[in-house]
Amino acid sequence: MIASPRHKVLPALDKLGVFIAIGLLATLGFAPLMVFRANRIVLGETVDIAQAMPPGPMVVLLASIGVAGVAALLKTSAMMRLIASLAAIAVLAWVVGVSASFLVEGADAVARASPASGFWLLFGIFALMATDALTRMDPKPSLRIGLVLLAGLALAAFLASGIWDDLSVMREYENRAGSFAREARRHLFLAFGSLFMAALAGIPLGILCHQVRAVRGPVLSVLNIMQTVPSIALFGLLIAPLSWLSTELPILRAIGVSGIGAAPAFIALFFYSLLPVVANTVTGLAGIPANVSEAATGMGMTERQRLFSVKLPLAFPVILTGIRIVLVQNIGLATIAALIGGGGFGVFVFQGVGQTAMDLVLLGALPTVTLAFAAAVIMDALVDIMRPSGVQKGSQ
Amino acid sequence: MIDIEHITKRYGEEAVVDDVSMTVERGKVAVIVGTSGSGKTTLLRMVNRLVEPSEGRILIDGKDTHEIPGHLLRRQIGYAIQGHGLFPHRTVAENIATVPKLAGWEKRRIDDRVDELMTLFQLEPSQYRDRHPGELSGGQQQRVGVARALAAEPDVLLMDEPFGALDPIIRAKAQDDLLEIQRRFETTVLLVTHDMDEAMRLGDQIAVMAEGKIVQYADPATLLVKPASEFVDNLVGTADRPFRLLSLRKVGDIVEPGSSEGEPVQPATSLREAYANMLWQGRDTLPVVDDQGNALGRVRMDAISPWAARPA
Amino acid sequence: MGGSSGMTITTARLLRAVTLVVLLIFLFRPETFEPMLALLVANNAPAIYNQGSLLSLTISHLAIAIAATAAAALISVGFAILVTRDFGREFLPLSRSVANIGQTFPPVAVLALAVPIVGFGTKPTLIALFLYALLPIFENALTGLTGLAPTVREAARGVGMTGFQRLLRVELPLAFPVILTGIRLAFVISLGTATIGSTVAAPTLGEVIIAGLLSSNTAFVLQGGIIVAALAVLSYDGLTALERLTARRTGRVATAV
Repeated sequence: MIASPRHKVLPALDKLGVFIAIGLLATLGFAPLMVFRANRIVLGETVDIAQAMPPGPMVVLLASIGVAGVAALLKTSAMMRLIASLAAIAVLAWVVGVSASFLVEGADAVARASPASGFWLLFGIFALMATDALTRMDPKPSLRIGLVLLAGLALAAFLASGIWDDLSVMREYENRAGSFAREARRHLFLAFGSLFMAALAGIPLGILCHQVRAVRGPVLSVLNIMQTVPSIALFGLLIAPLSWLSTELPILRAIGVSGIGAAPAFIALFFYSLLPVVANTVTGLAGIPANVSEAATGMGMTERQRLFSVKLPLAFPVILTGIRIVLVQNIGLATIAALIGGGGFGVFVFQGVGQTAMDLVLLGALPTVTLAFAAAVIMDALVDIMRPSGVQKGSQ
Repeated sequence: MIDIEHITKRYGEEAVVDDVSMTVERGKVAVIVGTSGSGKTTLLRMVNRLVEPSEGRILIDGKDTHEIPGHLLRRQIGYAIQGHGLFPHRTVAENIATVPKLAGWEKRRIDDRVDELMTLFQLEPSQYRDRHPGELSGGQQQRVGVARALAAEPDVLLMDEPFGALDPIIRAKAQDDLLEIQRRFETTVLLVTHDMDEAMRLGDQIAVMAEGKIVQYADPATLLVKPASEFVDNLVGTADRPFRLLSLRKVGDIVEPGSSEGEPVQPATSLREAYANMLWQGRDTLPVVDDQGNALGRVRMDAISPWAARPA
Repeated sequence: MGGSSGMTITTARLLRAVTLVVLLIFLFRPETFEPMLALLVANNAPAIYNQGSLLSLTISHLAIAIAATAAAALISVGFAILVTRDFGREFLPLSRSVANIGQTFPPVAVLALAVPIVGFGTKPTLIALFLYALLPIFENALTGLTGLAPTVREAARGVGMTGFQRLLRVELPLAFPVILTGIRLAFVISLGTATIGSTVAAPTLGEVIIAGLLSSNTAFVLQGGIIVAALAVLSYDGLTALERLTARRTGRVATAV
C-alpha cells in the first residue's frame, strides 16, 4: 500500500544505480582526486579535479563518469553497464597518468604526484559497478579467464606506454627496477613453489587419510593446530632448526638452504598449504555418491582403477578448490617472508611502512593484490571448468 | 546357471543371510522380494562377491565364484543398482563402455556395442552419446545404467532395486523394456525388490525373503495360490490376489472362435486388463485381434473368471 | 568402539584443560618456564619477553581480535538479513561477489595501505581484521538464513507472523548456530592475523615474535607463537561447544567446519 506510489515516482531506476550515482556525485564534490608532494616523504597537499589536469582530459573524465552514472541509474542491460564501467575505469587510468605529468611539470625532480581518495573512490565505485554487471551476466569460465587476461594486457599496455611514468609509484619503481624484478621472482617462487610442493605431498596424504581411517583424525588435527600458529612465528621458528641443519648437512647448504632467507619462508608456506590441500582431498573423496563408488566396484574395477578413474576425477574440482584457497593465501602470506629476509613484495611493503613512504608500500602492495585477485578469478574459473557438466543439476 | 548353496553371511553374531540355497535357471528371471533388512541385498551382493560369504558357495555356470579374483568375476556379471550410480564425469558412451574397456575390448567393437545398446534402449546415439548423465532425465539415466550393466554381454545380470527411483509410469515402461531385452539376449537375471507387483511382473521365479531366510521360492502362480506361510500370504495381498492371478495369464490362452462388439484386445493382453476392459465397457465379451487388426476370435468374461479363483 | 571414542573425548578435554592451565601459568608466572626456554637462547639473552608484560599484550591482542570480529559480525549479519529480505534480494549475488573479492586482499597489504589513512597502531590492524572477518560470517549467515526448511518458513507465515516477527522469532534463532560457526572461523583467523598488526605497531603478541626475529631470539618467537596458537585452539574449542549448545536448543545439528 505504501510501496506502490513510490514505485510510480521512481519508475525505472536501478536500486544499486542510485547508490552508485550518489557515490559518484559525493566523490566529485568532496574528495580530492590527486595529492601533490614536494618529495616522497613529506605530507602532501590535495588537488581537486579542476586543478589536477588540463581542461581536455577533464571533460573526457567527467563525460565518462556521467555516462557510467546514467547507465548505472537507469535499468540498462548488464552488458551496457559493464562496458560503461570498464570504459570509465580505462579513462580514469589514463587521466591519473596525465594528471601526474601535469602536476609535476616544472616542479622539482623529487616532487611526487599520486592518486588521492577521490581517485580510489571512483575506481572502487566503477569496480563495484563492473562486478555487479559481471555477476548479473554470469559469464562462462573461459570468458572470465579471457577477461582477466585482457585486463592484464591493458595493464601491460599502460605500463609500457609511459602514461603513468610521472606517477609517484612508478618513480619509486624506476629507482628499484632491478630489485623489483628480483623480489617479484622471489615472491612467485615462494607462492607457487610451496603450493606445488604442498600439492605433491598433500594429495597423496589426503588419499591416504581417505583410505586409512585411522590416519585421518591425527593427520588433520596436527595440520589444524599447525594453522593456528601465527605465520610470522612459524617463519621464525624454522630459522633455528634450518640454520642448524645447513651447518650439519653441506648438501643443504649447497642448494642454498640456510636459517634466514627463502628456505624457512618456503617451508612455512608449505606447512600452511598442506591443510587446505589435504582437507579438500579428503572432503572431495568422501563426497562421492555411495552408489557411484559401489557401481565402480560392481563393474569389476580394482581398488586402483576405482581411485584413478572414478574417485580422483570426481573429487578433482574440490581438490582444486583447496589449491585455489592455498594459492590466494600464499600470495598474501609470502609478503611476510620479508620479515625474515625471505624477499618478495613484502620487502617494499615493510620498508615503506618503516620509512612512512606510501609509494613504496604501494609498490609492494599493488602487485600483491593484483596477483592474488587474478589468481582467485582464474582458479575459480578452472574449478568451474573441471566440474563435469550437469553435475550440479543432476546427480549431486 | 546360478547355484547358491548353503550361503550364510554373519556380521558379528548376527546372521544377515542364514543358510540360503536357491538355483536360477539359464535365461530366467528370478526376483528376490523382502522387506528392508531381510538380507535380500546382501544375498545379491554375495553373488558378485561385493560381500564375501561367511559360509557356503555360489556357482555360476557350474564354476565356483571363488576360483577367480573378485574384480575379474564382477566384469563377467552385469550389475545395475538403484539410483543408477552412473559416473557423472563421464559421457553416456563412456559410462556404457566401462566394462568392455576394463576387459580390453578393441575400440571398434566397443563403439559398435555402445551404439547397439543405446539404440536398443531408445537413446539415439548421435544425440546422446556425448552427453553427461546430469543432462539426462531420471528414466534415461536408469536406462543408461542398465545398458552399462549389459555392455560386456554378461550371461548373468544382477539388479538391486533398479527401478526404485522411477515414477510409476516410467517404471512400468522400464520393466517392459527389461523383459524384452532379457529375452533377446537370453540373460539370466537375479533382481532384488521390495515391490511385490514388480516381482510378479518380472519374475519367472520369486524368492520371498524374511530375516535372512528364504520363506518360499516358487513361480508367481504358486506363490499366489499356495503361499507357504502367513507372511507370504500377507505379502501377496489377500484382496489383490484374484487380480494378480489374472495378470499372470494372457488372452491368447483362452481365445475362442466367434465375434463380439467392443474395443478389441490382443492375444498378449493380460486377462486382468481384458477383464478390466469388459467391466469398463459394460460387455461380457470382447473381440480379439492380432497386430494387424485381423480378427482371431473373442474372449468371454465367464472364461476369464475361473482363472481368478483359488484352484481346488 | 564406544569405549575408545569415549576415551578420545576425555583425552581431548584433558588436553584442553592442561593447555588452559599452562597458558594461565605462563601469563601470570612466566618465570616458571624460564629454565626450559633458556635452552633456546645463547649468550645469556633473556629467555622470557622483557620489553612488556605478556599478560597485557595477550589482553590487548584478544581485545583487538574480539572488537574486529564483533564489528564484522554486526555488519555481516545485518547485511545478510538485508539481502535475504524481499526488498534487498537483488543485492544478494553482488554482495557475495564483493565479500569474495574482499577476501582475496592480502592482510599485510590492507594493513600497510591503511597506515597512511589512519596512522600507525591499533586502527589499521582493526581495519584489516574487520575486512578479513566479513566474508566467513557473511557466508555463514546467508547459509543459515536461506537454508531454513521451506515448511518452517511457511508455517511461520501460516500462523500469521509478520515479516519482522518471522525474522526475530524463527529465522534468526534457527540460523544462530550457523552464524556462530562463521564467527568462530573469523575469530580464529583474526587471532592469527592480529600478530601481523605488530608490524605497524599494534600492541599484540606479534610484538614478542617480531622482537624475537629482530634479535634472533628463538625463545621469544616460540613463546609468542605458542600463546597465540593456544588462544586460537581454546577459542575454537570454546566456541564449538557454544555452537553445539545452541544447535541442540534449536534442534539443528551443528555443521562441523
